[in-house]
Amino acid sequence: MQPANLLLLTLVLAIVAYWLGYARSRSLAMPLGGIRHLKSLPFYYGARAALWSGIPALIVLGLWAAFQGKVIQLIVIGGLPDGMMPASQGEASLLLSKISNVASGALPPGFAEAPIVDAAERLKALQAQSRLLMSTLVISVAVLAGFLGWLRIRPRLNARAQVESILKWVFFACAALAILTTVGIIFSVAFETFRFFEKVPFTEFFFGSHWSPQTALRADQVASQGAFGMIPLFTGTLLISAIAMIVAVPVGLLSAIYLSEYAGKKVRGVVKPLLEMLAGIPTVVYGFFAALTVAPFISDVAASMGIEASSQSALAAGAVMGIMIIPFVSSLSDDVINAVPQAMRDGSLALGATQSETMKKVIFPAALPGIMGGILLAVSRAIGETMIVVMAAGLAANLTANPLETVTTVTVQIVTLLTGDQEFDSAKTLAAFALGAMLFLATLLLNVIALKIVRKYREQYD
Amino acid sequence: MNTVNTTITSEVGQPEEAVVPISDEKPAETVIEEGKTVGKPFADDPKFKLRDVDVFYGDTRAIKKISLDIGRNEVIAFIGPSGCGKSTFLRCLNRMNDSIDICSVKGSLHLDDHDIYDPKRDVVELRARVGMVFQKPNPFPKSIYDNVAYGPRIHGLANRKSDLDEIVENSLRKAGLWEEVKDRLDANATGMSGGQQQRLCIARAIAVSPEVVLMDEPCSALDPIATAKVEELIAELSESYTIVIVTHSMQQAARVSHRTAYFHLGHLVEVNETNKVFTSPEHELTESYITGRFG
Repeated sequence: MQPANLLLLTLVLAIVAYWLGYARSRSLAMPLGGIRHLKSLPFYYGARAALWSGIPALIVLGLWAAFQGKVIQLIVIGGLPDGMMPASQGEASLLLSKISNVASGALPPGFAEAPIVDAAERLKALQAQSRLLMSTLVISVAVLAGFLGWLRIRPRLNARAQVESILKWVFFACAALAILTTVGIIFSVAFETFRFFEKVPFTEFFFGSHWSPQTALRADQVASQGAFGMIPLFTGTLLISAIAMIVAVPVGLLSAIYLSEYAGKKVRGVVKPLLEMLAGIPTVVYGFFAALTVAPFISDVAASMGIEASSQSALAAGAVMGIMIIPFVSSLSDDVINAVPQAMRDGSLALGATQSETMKKVIFPAALPGIMGGILLAVSRAIGETMIVVMAAGLAANLTANPLETVTTVTVQIVTLLTGDQEFDSAKTLAAFALGAMLFLATLLLNVIALKIVRKYREQYD
Repeated sequence: MNTVNTTITSEVGQPEEAVVPISDEKPAETVIEEGKTVGKPFADDPKFKLRDVDVFYGDTRAIKKISLDIGRNEVIAFIGPSGCGKSTFLRCLNRMNDSIDICSVKGSLHLDDHDIYDPKRDVVELRARVGMVFQKPNPFPKSIYDNVAYGPRIHGLANRKSDLDEIVENSLRKAGLWEEVKDRLDANATGMSGGQQQRLCIARAIAVSPEVVLMDEPCSALDPIATAKVEELIAELSESYTIVIVTHSMQQAARVSHRTAYFHLGHLVEVNETNKVFTSPEHELTESYITGRFG
């Protein structure tokens, strides 16, 4: 049976266990005079039986599915005649793919050596065995554990406490999964980054002002040495992010102030969802809006004023990115401004302050830490944004502060380095991981600062 | 409309406002004649002259045809059961009800012969003259100094830093807080105790030199010692300000006020000298309330 079907079957078994447990607790309760003589509600007895049946089976299924491939491979390789034993990791994987091709019928047996064909047969047999074994094991675990759980239902049993504590672990497992994924990503990026720094010196990457990620195919090639200075990329990222924030912060903040303090209920009901709709537009749509509408418009305007502007300017990408970020800034600020107690407003108004004085001198300062937190989150969003800059910012790594010129960003370079056919051990490809690590560190730092600020703010009123 | 008689039972909106007769001798038929207030609601040279005031929250009539004078340098206490409209009425006096969209005020309300609700009237100037202290202390999350200096700065009362320092010191002295905070004027006001915060709010209110101070249950969030301090302060302030205080504590009303006004379900039932209200109330509802039959 396929693991997916087996999963479904396990769930069905768990549901069956639930109903059986439910029914058993009720039937145990009836002679005692009703379910109020049970320690817990029948639901908990059912849930407990279902968890008893489902969780061990799922664990067995998960472990089996995770390790069966590796184990079968080892057995197949180990069964090869001595002369064909692979000498290296690479050879082994070549051999394995050949064997599995034969086994799946992609490669006719006539084209492969006899030991390979044998191995393929063995592979097929092992896979079938493994599946059968897995199905039997999982089903028997589910049934057996479910039965045990069902059998142990007693009116005095505190099923509620047990279910609660099991659920606590289930929730913990979910949280741990998310954290482990993050840790896994960090490690994979860090590993590749170290490999990159084996090929390219630290100093060049951090202080080099020239970026042209070439690697030589032959040692004697002209310009065989690439340049891996990340400074132009980071300045490009910072330039575009800065333009984005120049657009997003004032517009977002002022619209938040309007919405929270001045707008009537009806206006707010219409404007707020519309503004938040901006956040729902896919970034790729923003991307072609920037590339096809805004960028030509900017270069036309610049040309009419006698200034030369590139057709892929930092300004276009930054401005459109800013529009994308407006709802971020405005809804975070709106929440924070609304969280300032009404008593502050009353206090200020009662002293004869006008609405705008109240806003400026009391509400805004009180909300400022929260607003700063929101803005920093928006900045880290801007730094990590990819699609708009890929489409609108260009590829040339210019070290410039002129927003009308083409710049490129860290994210754009990662995309170009990793798309298409790449060898995964060249400095060029590994550079993408190093850049990714730097980007990750930068946004992580910003998020930490933002969270710190937001938390500090929260303490003030609670 | 002014002769329509309403019985209490027909006016009962919310359960907690209901008159619960404890003994049989007080049937719930006590009639309140709309717009009629027993006692002495009027004064010769009033600070506030309020006539036939109606307040609506949407369609609900929260204040029913109240007429009242508030004298100069007088301390007047508003008492009455919860939901009787005393806070609503208080908030009319500096137009704090303006910020509630559905609230509308009718009738004539004058402060020194100027119409409070004149559409052309500057609310900022009104509120500078009529300060307010709220139920819960609401200092701004700024330093103690900045809290007190807030009003004077807005109204441009000080030209120089030294003037402002003087205003701040005077206000804090009047509020009896100076000795406690003079060494930590830069400390954040939210770190003070509740009683200190409330006195700071009073200092903040009197820093703009208002003529009237409205207090909406100023001691309800304070402990007895802090309450005693604030009451002492009210007695001192009454020498130079007109004070209108809403309170749930009849003892407090008895201690601090010159006159007491008893509100009931949006009606102003009785106004009289405080000792008279508490010793020999004229209206049977007032008597029921101060003897603890309801409220």
